[in-house]
Amino acid sequence: MSQPFIATFGFPVLSDISWVRSVHLHDASGSSGKGHLFKVWLKGEISGISYAYPSGRSIMESKSIYPHKVLPYLLLAPSFVIIGYFLFYPTFETFRLSLFRLGPFGIRKLYVKFGNFIDLFTSADYLQSFKISFLFSFSVVVFGLGVSLAIAVLVNRKIRGINFYRAALIWPYALSPAIAGALWVFLFDSSAGYLNYFISVLFDVKPKWLTSGSLALVVVTAAATWKNLGYNIILFLAGLQNIPDDIKEAARIDGASPFQVFWKITFPLLSPMTFFLLVMNLIYSYFGSFGLIHVMTEGGPANSTNILIYDLYRQAFINHNAGLAAAESMILFALVVILTGLQFGTSGRGVHYQ
Amino acid sequence: MIRTFVKKYHIFTHITLITVILIVGAPVIFGFIISTQSPIEVFSYPPKLTPGSHFSNYQKAWKQVNMGRMMFNSAYCAIMVGFGKFIISVLAAFAFTHFKFKGKQFWFLLILITLMLPIPVRIVPLFEIVSDLKWVDTYWGLIVPFLASATGTFLFRQHFLTIPSELTDAAKIDGCGPIRFLFQILIPLSKNTICAFAVIEFVYIWNQYLWPLIVVNSDHMKVVQIGIKMLINTEAMNNWGVIMAGVLIALIPPLIVFFVMQKSFMRGFGFMREK
Repeated sequence: MSQPFIATFGFPVLSDISWVRSVHLHDASGSSGKGHLFKVWLKGEISGISYAYPSGRSIMESKSIYPHKVLPYLLLAPSFVIIGYFLFYPTFETFRLSLFRLGPFGIRKLYVKFGNFIDLFTSADYLQSFKISFLFSFSVVVFGLGVSLAIAVLVNRKIRGINFYRAALIWPYALSPAIAGALWVFLFDSSAGYLNYFISVLFDVKPKWLTSGSLALVVVTAAATWKNLGYNIILFLAGLQNIPDDIKEAARIDGASPFQVFWKITFPLLSPMTFFLLVMNLIYSYFGSFGLIHVMTEGGPANSTNILIYDLYRQAFINHNAGLAAAESMILFALVVILTGLQFGTSGRGVHYQ
Repeated sequence: MIRTFVKKYHIFTHITLITVILIVGAPVIFGFIISTQSPIEVFSYPPKLTPGSHFSNYQKAWKQVNMGRMMFNSAYCAIMVGFGKFIISVLAAFAFTHFKFKGKQFWFLLILITLMLPIPVRIVPLFEIVSDLKWVDTYWGLIVPFLASATGTFLFRQHFLTIPSELTDAAKIDGCGPIRFLFQILIPLSKNTICAFAVIEFVYIWNQYLWPLIVVNSDHMKVVQIGIKMLINTEAMNNWGVIMAGVLIALIPPLIVFFVMQKSFMRGFGFMREK
């Protein structure tokens, strides 16, 4: 299975990069014949966006190109105006700002070198935020991937009405963090919440879910995991569908139990997708869950759900501490770079590609 | 007899699937039930688990935070970003696939790097830039920073690469220039890609939270996600019926887009093709 998925729902990050890498790898193998190209085209036209290049061949540009010299730059201009002014320039500015200590309204500016970073990593609050983020993202990844893989396997079969079942399981893709947050705040509300009630009946406990620290983190984690189910199921299902039936069939004929087929064949062949989703879910839990926290707990009670992104928002827009906030941004940036590097470095190695 | 029936029609699988669907959907189902109850029903103990007939909750939610205006703002931004992004990324993708020019790898790499720059990484200066442009509290501020995207560029680039070069050759012989070729041949051939792109972008922009939260102050420019937070805040004692009604209203548009385009979208992920 060679990197078949290009579209990744607004969070395109890593598949694209690993795909580019695979393009470079495959370029060396020479370009393909016309008949082959046509097959690829047809397949692409049928499947729209995602296709594994059969036989792992790929191309960087069309074989028939226009001779214009200036036009391509004009075509790229709108993209680069936006990218330059709203992406690269502010990122550079973030780095610069992170080296200064600023007064509340940016009037006084003091160059402090890495002072902001030193402050952050010696602040108990920030380290606590780091720890909470880690716990949060770890749980979101483990539970999210586990549950959605199980569901994807369940709907990856040919029975009557399967398209209905699939649609009825991937719709959470349309959920927003704020909506998921509001629904789960209700479910655990101390007087009207349904889950709160069910749990009190079943286990005879009635804790204050959202006003006691560690429990609030549990509720927030559950909501975040639930919100991302749709995305994970879609991509796991796509991965499962790409595993050829004949391999599993062969194993079955050789007497392998369904359990063995799953763990010895399906799971290893699915590992590129699993790894991709692992990284995507990490990025989601570090960057994409702001709305959820803001709606559910606002980082409380007593900072117990104050994940890094929420702390950044507080420093920047509530405490108006721009220098410190910029330093927090740079730390988050370092995290993205590390995660991207992980994906980049391991694509093609360590995980199984067919 | 019964056993073969059960086995033949995968009865257990169906039962499991329906159970799983109900569990996954439970928060929304419960939300709907509550949204139809009066405050007295909402706070009855033990909780009432069946729908009521208090549909005025929807009216109340709609009025309480000016939801109509917020829904319009969200939809307007989602459509404008989707459309703008589409044009900008199609042009860039076309440049990469159908032209040879200096520094192509370099420009491509620059677009690639933007994947590592989500909004939180640059949020403080970005807000200053947008303030300097006097774009705070305007659609410009909500739309323009989202316009360029690696997603769109890669998506369309990838698709354009699959279109056979014979087609370009034929167009050239017929005297069809590059811009016309792009708009009259390439784009019409990209239906599934466009649908997938539309779903991804609509859901992505509709669900934005952090950026609209800081770039908008006045009530009439707020987006619907922020409206949900306002609903929770405005009620002294949370009236869950009204809040859940608001939540469901906000959930409907992306769900509709998702289900209407679902077929093309799923095709985009290779579900429907024969093996």
